[in-house]
Amino acid sequence: MTKKQKKVLYRIIVSAVLLIMLHFLPISGWVSFALYMVPYLIIGCDILKKACKGIRNKEVFDENFLMAVATVGAILLGDYVEGTAVMLFYQIGELFQSYAVGKSRKNITSLMDIRPDYANVEKENGELEQVDPDEVAIGTVIVVKPGEKLPIDGNVVEGSSTLNTSALTGESLPREVSVGDAVISGCVNLTGLIKVETTKEFGESTVSKILDLVENSSMKKSRSENFISKFARYYTPAVCYSALVLAILPPILNLLMGNPANVGEWVTRALTFLVISCPCALVISIPLSFFGGIGGASSQGILIKGSNYLETLASTETVVFDKTGTLTKGVFQVVKIVTDMSQEELLKLAAHAESYSTHPISKSVVEAYGKEIITGEVGDIQEISGHGVKAMCFGKEVAAGNDKLMKSMGLTPPEAVEDGTVVYVAVDGSYAGCIIIADTLKSESEGAMKVLKRAGVRKLVMLTGDKKSVAEKIAGQLGIDMVKSELLPADKVTEVESLLEQKKKGKALAFVGDGINDAPVLSRADIGIAMGAMGSDAAIEAADIVLMDDNPEKIALAIKISRKCMGIVYQNIVFALGVKAICLILGAIGIANMWLAIFADVGVMVLAVLNAIRCLYIKKD
Amino acid sequence: MTKTYKIEVDCANCALKMEEAAKSTAGVANATVSFMTQKMKVEFAEGADVDSVMKDVVKACKKVEDDCEIYL
Repeated sequence: MTKKQKKVLYRIIVSAVLLIMLHFLPISGWVSFALYMVPYLIIGCDILKKACKGIRNKEVFDENFLMAVATVGAILLGDYVEGTAVMLFYQIGELFQSYAVGKSRKNITSLMDIRPDYANVEKENGELEQVDPDEVAIGTVIVVKPGEKLPIDGNVVEGSSTLNTSALTGESLPREVSVGDAVISGCVNLTGLIKVETTKEFGESTVSKILDLVENSSMKKSRSENFISKFARYYTPAVCYSALVLAILPPILNLLMGNPANVGEWVTRALTFLVISCPCALVISIPLSFFGGIGGASSQGILIKGSNYLETLASTETVVFDKTGTLTKGVFQVVKIVTDMSQEELLKLAAHAESYSTHPISKSVVEAYGKEIITGEVGDIQEISGHGVKAMCFGKEVAAGNDKLMKSMGLTPPEAVEDGTVVYVAVDGSYAGCIIIADTLKSESEGAMKVLKRAGVRKLVMLTGDKKSVAEKIAGQLGIDMVKSELLPADKVTEVESLLEQKKKGKALAFVGDGINDAPVLSRADIGIAMGAMGSDAAIEAADIVLMDDNPEKIALAIKISRKCMGIVYQNIVFALGVKAICLILGAIGIANMWLAIFADVGVMVLAVLNAIRCLYIKKD
Repeated sequence: MTKTYKIEVDCANCALKMEEAAKSTAGVANATVSFMTQKMKVEFAEGADVDSVMKDVVKACKKVEDDCEIYL
């Protein structure tokens, strides 16, 4: 509890004890009034003061005013106990509310708190000093011990270890790092001591960017939140005037009809009406639900930049994917080797011939070979631009390259049936076989499509710059509804625009990309989702939702979280308004008393807050 | 120019009121208050003097909600 809350708690206890004692004293008249004023003022002085200030500042209709009028009204009617008790229970309710809200706010923020507290910098005498990460300059070597959080982005210069990235991705898949590897802040060092040379300032590091993004997410307000703010602005004055009418009109009608005016009864009803009306339950529970949803999602490695995006995501009907890097790994790998000799042998010769080339295709061949290149066995290398490589390897004349290279040597290789880039290999002037290199699908992609369909997404679309045959094969494998292939980056925007026109009103279109060259599409779609943001600033900037790992299954999870969150938001709106409306009617016709009124105010709010907290918990299936 | 300030406010409705008050202060182009993170983000109008504008914002907020605090 904070200091403020404790002070209120003491006041509550003192005035409650006094109130009970007074109840047993045989007092009446002015003495009774004077004595009851003591607990009333102890508990209600700040409310009365605020109400007076409100009136002076022409901000009349707030809850302080409502409570002041209700309790002073009761006391003027001679109901000292009720006046004091209502104020007492109001304060208990407020205290409980501020405690519950504070607690849940802390829960959510602690979930998102990946802020490192310090960085270890080695001093000249070899001792370690803990300094504020903010003060570490670029190029400083920091020491990260096992169990510590990496405070700043950088490159490993000494040691090797395993990093836990779960704070960033929600997945506890350990990542091996050693000298030369780039590491990003927010990861936890698990096994060995590493020294890291920082490449960024703390403020520019991944962890700061993410914290900034999540903390500012509640600034972007959703339509539901704006609705509630507007609603609250008209609601309170409306209720106050209704209460006034309720207090004045029926007694006048009674008098006109010749009945006793019964002013006391109607004023009591009007006061009850006022207590019921406080809009706090709504005003607090809606942003809290969104905040919980965003917090829960971020613990799963899904960063949502604002409540408004969470709201839009819930109505997603079409999901458009970029192929490379999103559904596929975006890395070229050897997928097949066709040859009459042993595959191992062919790969060995090709890898040696290509070992000096920096071309990405050559690199993937060398990588597929996997064993050490014996440089002494490679000689007489000729790189023929646009064709391939010729070299002497292990005493043989090896040529590796495309069909043009083969033709220039007078060879006619067989037509390759597989899709992908083909590297033909000729040994000692005769055709020996070919190596096929292609981008491979992510293992989660197929599952992700199924979960998305199950989550109610109607249409799955894939856009790619790749060849039609490749695109259609992948789409068939994954169960994608619509494919557009051979697109230039600008065409993707046009395609997304036409899809935006086709979709139903009130439904949203999400575009998923890796954030590298699809920034315009990311911003054009209703929701831009960037994947694999580990270390990519561009993705964090351009997208509305950022998935910290490469797993496309997280898209469905994000949609599920958003739907659950929106469900809770609507439940709270309907529940809070419903109970209030019923209680207001009961109050007006005289059935509800002050106690029910207090429940309608505080009880509804506490229930709504508890419901909102459910947004935090995410079921994975 | 946009700046973020740490605030202290007890109830969500009061946070809304502060937001309204800050928005209608002269020199402020837009303002948002997040009750959840207890932060106020103020977008200043072009050429506004940040310090004096923020003084007015604090005054306006105190007027609508006596119990609030803005850490400049």
